[in-house]
Amino acid sequence: MTNWGFHIAKSRIIDMDTADLGVYRKVAAKVPSAKLCLMCGACTASCTARNHTPFNLRKNHLLFRHGQFKGLAKEFDKCMLCGKCRLVCPRGVNTRALIYNMRMALDNLNYTRIKK
Amino acid sequence: MKFHPFVIPFIAGVVFLLILIVFRLKQWLKGLDRKQHFFVKQNFLSLKTLYAIVEVFRESLLHFKIYRKNPVLGYMHMSLAFGWFMLIVFGKVKSVLYAGSFFEPMWLSIFFNFFVTSNEPYPYAAVMTFLMDFFLLIVLSGLLIAFVKRIYSRLVGMKKTTKHILIDRIALVALWGIFPLRLFAEASSSALYENGGFLTAGVAQMFSENFASIVELPLWWAYSLSLSIFFFTLPFSRYMHIPAEVVMIFLKKWGVKTNEHHSGFTNIQLHACAKCGICIDACQLDFAASQKNVQSAYFIGDARYNKLTEDVVNNCLMCGRCHEACPVGIELTMIRQQYRNKKEMPGKLYYNYVDLNGYHANVDIIYYAGCMTHLTPGIIISMKKIFQAAGMSYWFMDEEKGVCCGRPLRQQGFVQQAKDLVHKNLRMIHGANAKLLVTSCPICYVSFKEEYALQIPLMHHTEFIESLIDDKKISLESKAITAVYHDPCELGRNAQIYDAPRNVLKHLNLKTSKCEKNNGLCCGSSLSNAVLDLDHQIKVRDNALNVLLEKNPDVLVTACPMCKKAFTHGHKVAVMDIAEVVAKHLNEVKTKKQLSEKPEMITFAK
Amino acid sequence: MTAVDVLVIGGGPAGLESAYSLANNGYDVAVLEKEKNICGHLNQAHSLFPNFQNASEVRSAMIDKMTHPKISIHNDTEAIRIKRDIDKWGVETGSGKEFMAPALLLATGFKSFDPKYKEELGYGIYDNVITTTQFEAMCQKGSIVSPHGQKVKRIAFLNCVGSRDEKVGNHYCSRVCCINAVKQSIEAKKVLPEADIYCFYMDIRMAGQFYEELYRKSQEVYNVNYIRGRISEVSPTIDKRLHVKCEDTLSQTPMKITFDILVLMTGIEASLGTVALGQQLNISGEYNFAKSLSLHMADNYSSHKGLFLAGTCKRPLTLPEAVADARSAAGEIKNYLKTLKQ
Ligand code: SF4
Ligand code: SF4
Ligand code: SF4
Ligand code: SF4
Ligand code: SF4
Repeated sequence: MTNWGFHIAKSRIIDMDTADLGVYRKVAAKVPSAKLCLMCGACTASCTARNHTPFNLRKNHLLFRHGQFKGLAKEFDKCMLCGKCRLVCPRGVNTRALIYNMRMALDNLNYTRIKK
Repeated sequence: MKFHPFVIPFIAGVVFLLILIVFRLKQWLKGLDRKQHFFVKQNFLSLKTLYAIVEVFRESLLHFKIYRKNPVLGYMHMSLAFGWFMLIVFGKVKSVLYAGSFFEPMWLSIFFNFFVTSNEPYPYAAVMTFLMDFFLLIVLSGLLIAFVKRIYSRLVGMKKTTKHILIDRIALVALWGIFPLRLFAEASSSALYENGGFLTAGVAQMFSENFASIVELPLWWAYSLSLSIFFFTLPFSRYMHIPAEVVMIFLKKWGVKTNEHHSGFTNIQLHACAKCGICIDACQLDFAASQKNVQSAYFIGDARYNKLTEDVVNNCLMCGRCHEACPVGIELTMIRQQYRNKKEMPGKLYYNYVDLNGYHANVDIIYYAGCMTHLTPGIIISMKKIFQAAGMSYWFMDEEKGVCCGRPLRQQGFVQQAKDLVHKNLRMIHGANAKLLVTSCPICYVSFKEEYALQIPLMHHTEFIESLIDDKKISLESKAITAVYHDPCELGRNAQIYDAPRNVLKHLNLKTSKCEKNNGLCCGSSLSNAVLDLDHQIKVRDNALNVLLEKNPDVLVTACPMCKKAFTHGHKVAVMDIAEVVAKHLNEVKTKKQLSEKPEMITFAK
Repeated sequence: MTAVDVLVIGGGPAGLESAYSLANNGYDVAVLEKEKNICGHLNQAHSLFPNFQNASEVRSAMIDKMTHPKISIHNDTEAIRIKRDIDKWGVETGSGKEFMAPALLLATGFKSFDPKYKEELGYGIYDNVITTTQFEAMCQKGSIVSPHGQKVKRIAFLNCVGSRDEKVGNHYCSRVCCINAVKQSIEAKKVLPEADIYCFYMDIRMAGQFYEELYRKSQEVYNVNYIRGRISEVSPTIDKRLHVKCEDTLSQTPMKITFDILVLMTGIEASLGTVALGQQLNISGEYNFAKSLSLHMADNYSSHKGLFLAGTCKRPLTLPEAVADARSAAGEIKNYLKTLKQ
């Protein structure tokens, strides 16, 4: 079995035809300002966590948007929810709500006691 | 024996109610955690119980706190609760006087005027009859206010009144029925047996003897039934707040505290809410940002009936205004926090990536600006200037690679993650061997104070600057600038720092504002609310700005980077942090002299 | 009381151009300028995009035109109150003078966004954070220096300061700052050929004739670097230079870079006069710019008869656009005055 090349190709493209885009739609319904992001990177630049580790809110948000969830839960766990990103965002994106909801959407551990 | 079948519904109601209350009480007490149990056992037989009884009298019957907040509302609660209580007490006294024994049947006092005619004299009959009618009148007057309040809540000075669920409505109708029915039942009996007082006999004038004999029995039946319905519905309605508040007062007096975990004490407090709606009127999310159904009264109601949704739990600024206003003294912010808290996962570490090596020094002061303060560099350079002026060496702990204090995580319920950060920061703080920790961010301040077991003293920069002025390490030039100080929620209601900033700002012409100190408003940017979008944050901010700027100050002074940012973006007035004001008005001569004596700042690289 | 045919409020390029056009058509025009000098923001310009024409040439041409006998210029004259009589507009000024005319043209222009509202960018806190206007003045003098005396090795231009920013309440694009940053980066290179120039942008908007070419030239000839990322934090280094934080979004990596000077490309906002008179006349629209009657069909008209609008009091415009708009306003006023005579 040599589908080695195929694997490489698969991991290197975002296949929007098969990606699950519904998860983002649900998050965006809860945090409508998420749709306003113009990917300026101000949030990533100011990020407190980013000072210590490669963590990129803007990029991970985009990956999430495009249904590329692999490894994202772990990434979002790096966020300290400090809120600096929200303060520098020129588009008024409620980044904390966005992170919180993406984190919750990826979470299958049933974090909360209350009904969603 | 005096008996009539119409007393049966009443007796059934009373028995049912007593059984349910005992059952609930057992459940609640069982739900207390170990520490809370300990306090109950410890203080059960102590003077504290006596204090609790006094407090129950003051708050559950006389409702002093509500009276102070809103006299009309206070009178309403007082007349209903205290009036009814007195009716029960004097009713009992009256029937004991009549029967000559304490063990007369319990319904005798309730339906006395049906059973005892003027032909059966007993001691002090006239006085008793007068007192009973007097308190009935008091209750009825309260009822009238309650009725008016339901229809025109503004008349009693309330903007909002809570919505009721079905069982509440049934209980309410039954409750409202009790006293008018009692009045008419007693009046009909009075028309027949001439046993009424000034009120009942007065009403009896309207009854012909014939009419009275037709309506008498049905009225007493109706009275008994309304009592019965009220007692049957009480445990499931909001009126459960009456017994729950009593229990809460006892537990509080015994030293039981609300902590971060949901417990039986939480349930007691959930039930102790009277749905008075005072908290709704206090909430800026309601009156400034039109966020409906999220205020504490609704939150508590939803929690009680297990209908709570994440949006309600999270859509709160945790500003503490409702907590401050609640006449029952329910610890609203802490309870909401309990519902936000996520399950902890033992052993899981989230922030292993933070590298602490090389962060410490021997200095006077550790300065922790806080994440947000990095976006208001004006505060940071002012603090640097002040440290230098005071001739103190410091280590700027989060200058390059700060770690968040953990409070924002905690407030969103990520307790375990927050603890992880606390641990990281603590190691750095204690590694530095300093005498004092100073922070510029009230959020960090509360976090350090409540979540960190700090071994060195902690000050917010307002307190620090105050101490520098007191110790004559710095002095400020007087300026003819008018200023208004805005109390940040965290520094004010949460940390109770009200005087320090006002003392520091004495060199200006400091004006008061309508909403200050524990009545201060939120700037809208509160980190605790991750739900509110920018447009609504702006509404909260503009509402606060309008109040703060009523006296047209030259400058609005605050002590929180978030408040500063929010208000600055309001474009209405110059906004300065208290540190910036101080740095700007430092007495220069002294500053220079001290600068030469002490070394410059110490910067640390990894 | 001075009575004329047309009153022009605002002696910037738009106001002056329409005054000249109307005077040439035989009307008496009074121009009210609140500042000491006419020409408005043009006074602060060194060269003009996209062709680097010297601003002083354009200025002197404008001032020459103002010698027209039918034009009276009133400097230091700020319109405070506007009154409307039947078919007449009256203007009271701060200096107590009164003017009257059947037609009134509002050409009150714009002001630059005050970057102290973006505290994280350090304007007013660090001396070497400056505005585009201050940088233009440096170019004018031909010397670009750091306030701390260091040799300037690196200059950053940050686009969209106060524009496209919900935090300060301005959602719109100011339209001129992108091309202005390109122009200024080339000017910087002309003065300091050795320096490295970086432009930080969210989008580069080059929708004007020769704009894209200038952008290309800045890369090809002047080695200007473009980084797609918004600077979100500025902090001082020990030697008082500036540490700038942004994400290089295209390589998906945060970037830290040190500069001697950071130039903020501050956006266009409605001027104080535009705001005040707009509110007084009830023609304030979005972001307090003056609102025309119809964007596509009556853009020089306001909702009041005899009150006309020209230039950047309506929205951000480039200089040629504002001047062209002024000429069209003059045409509309002419037609209006004719109908009045009949
Ligand atoms: S909230 Fe999270 S993503 Fe935003 S700046 Fe803080 S650590 Fe970074
Ligand atoms: S700062 Fe705002 S607009 Fe920019 S990338 Fe982050 S979320 Fe998107
Ligand atoms: S929480 Fe307190 S203030 Fe609010 S309705 Fe209940 S008792 Fe009243
Ligand atoms: S804490 Fe503040 S925002 Fe939350 S419910 Fe109470 S008053 Fe409203
Ligand atoms: S023209 Fe360019 S710099 Fe100016 S606001 Fe628009 S995009 Fe931003």
